Amino acid sequence: MIVRSTPWQRFRRQPTAMVSLVVLVTMTAACLLSLGWSRTAMRTADLSAARQGPTWAEPLGTDELGRSMLARSLYGGALSLTLGILSAAIAIVLGTVYGLVAGYYGGRLDGALMRLVDLLYALPSLLLVMLLTVGLAPRLEALPGLGKEAARLIVLALAIGGVSWLSVARVVRGQVLSLREQAFVEAARALGVGTLGIFWRHLLPSIIGPVIVFATLTVPQAILQESFLSFLGVGVQAPQATWGSLAADGVRVLSPHGFDWWLLVFPGVLLSVTLLSLNFIGDGVRDALHGRQR
Amino acid sequence: MLIYARNRLLALPIFVFVIYFFTVVLISQAPGEVFAAGEKELPPEVLAEKLKAYNYDQSFWQRYFWTWPYRLLVTGDLPAHQYPDWTVREIMGDALPVSLQLGTFALTFAVLLGIAAGLIAARFPHGWVDRCSLGLTLIGISLPTFVTGAALLIVAGLWLRVVPVGGWGQVSQIFLPALTLALPYAAYIARLTRAGLLDAMQEDYARTARAKGLSEQAVLMEHALKNALLPVLSYLGPAAAAIFTGSFVVERIFAIPGMGTHVVESINNRDQTLILATVLIYSVFLIGFNLIVDLLYAVLDPRIRVGAASG
Repeated sequence: MIVRSTPWQRFRRQPTAMVSLVVLVTMTAACLLSLGWSRTAMRTADLSAARQGPTWAEPLGTDELGRSMLARSLYGGALSLTLGILSAAIAIVLGTVYGLVAGYYGGRLDGALMRLVDLLYALPSLLLVMLLTVGLAPRLEALPGLGKEAARLIVLALAIGGVSWLSVARVVRGQVLSLREQAFVEAARALGVGTLGIFWRHLLPSIIGPVIVFATLTVPQAILQESFLSFLGVGVQAPQATWGSLAADGVRVLSPHGFDWWLLVFPGVLLSVTLLSLNFIGDGVRDALHGRQR
Repeated sequence: MLIYARNRLLALPIFVFVIYFFTVVLISQAPGEVFAAGEKELPPEVLAEKLKAYNYDQSFWQRYFWTWPYRLLVTGDLPAHQYPDWTVREIMGDALPVSLQLGTFALTFAVLLGIAAGLIAARFPHGWVDRCSLGLTLIGISLPTFVTGAALLIVAGLWLRVVPVGGWGQVSQIFLPALTLALPYAAYIARLTRAGLLDAMQEDYARTARAKGLSEQAVLMEHALKNALLPVLSYLGPAAAAIFTGSFVVERIFAIPGMGTHVVESINNRDQTLILATVLIYSVFLIGFNLIVDLLYAVLDPRIRVGAASG
């Protein structure tokens, strides 16, 4: 007798993945639901209460301008998560379309398209993201009606998404390359289904599994990428803050004469916990969809 | 084999040119904007003089695709925008060896730590040692470098005071940054080694070795390890490339005057000449490195060679 279980049932049986999911949902909810308060509180400076360690009133301490680190960490988390998900979404869409086209048409077009992927793959992705931000920033900031801060965030999402799609494109292309030879695609073509219809109705549902797995693993990658950028000062600009930029502020005040550990530890730990749980969830999703792979 | 090598070698300049071209498209600005930011109202003569020093009086194509590459590669007198008294070549000449040393140390750490951890995990598969090491490697992969780097810095540099907290020039200053840089790669190598070892221990030759009466330890070290290391070997190429070009964050934390520092600074200041130089160095290095690895692989494994010749 074959017992068939749904992917969700298989996912639920994995304790690490489930714990991670709970952690992540809690974290996301805390960051998003507190936005109404944290959005203003993160900018409220109080120099009389600057650089104070954790107390009952300020559980995560205050920074050198006396701003609440709790508010800054929550707001930074909301921004980190949003940017990560947005960039991952851009990467998934871009990579899927690219891979579909390359795999379906094959031949020379495929060769040229994948050569470009190889080329971009060879470059350090962080360098590529930075170059993209340099290229995109002036064009987007020139758009009317878009504030400077909003433009910056869109630039970041586009740049990070613009380098994270490469592996998605490779995987999708590989899958499509074998799928397009199969009878059901040929049958659809014989029935007169157009190319877009074949993409949407026949190919996409068959590759959705790997795409979902990649999507869950691309989100932590994107968050990590953003935190590096902000850490290096190329990402979000003050007064905006993400976990990466907060940790950068914490590292900046590090000195041999003692340091304000809460400025570095809290954003770092929150970011690490989020990344870890996202990675565990990604592993769990993969196992749930493909069965165990070790 | 020779044809394969020749074709790959011929493609190298084309790749580098394509990357150079895209970089130019991304970073090029109108000449007037270059010195506009930050400085207040330069007198027109001074501005014209400055622009001329960087060939902004020439046309777009002439500047980016003839004069700059020529001054960069042949005469070597192209100045950086941020430091007009320094040529790009001098700056890179100082920074490149620093990053190469850091990268070499980091790669060595990554390989040693990774293989050791993989061996320990595979010696007791599915036990608590294995579980712990798997968890640790996932942490190593997940944590951002600035968190692990800062943690190492605080513990080893500030509390224990066993190593200096930053700077460059002494041997003792290389350990923390190299270790920080190595950790994610060590974690990945550990996973590769463990998986390879577990696979190899199931193979017929491992069973034969056990049947011969060898201990589990001896089978692992003398028979399985050799085969398990093949995937590690093929990962070394991309890892070395990524370690060498991925030191931006580590260099920032530990205040190391390497390539990464210049990349970040030049991008923040829109220093076009320095950006192009760093991109050129990185792309030549990366593509050349991939080429060497592929060729080595083709030499080692005839199957790849045949596949490449026919495809």
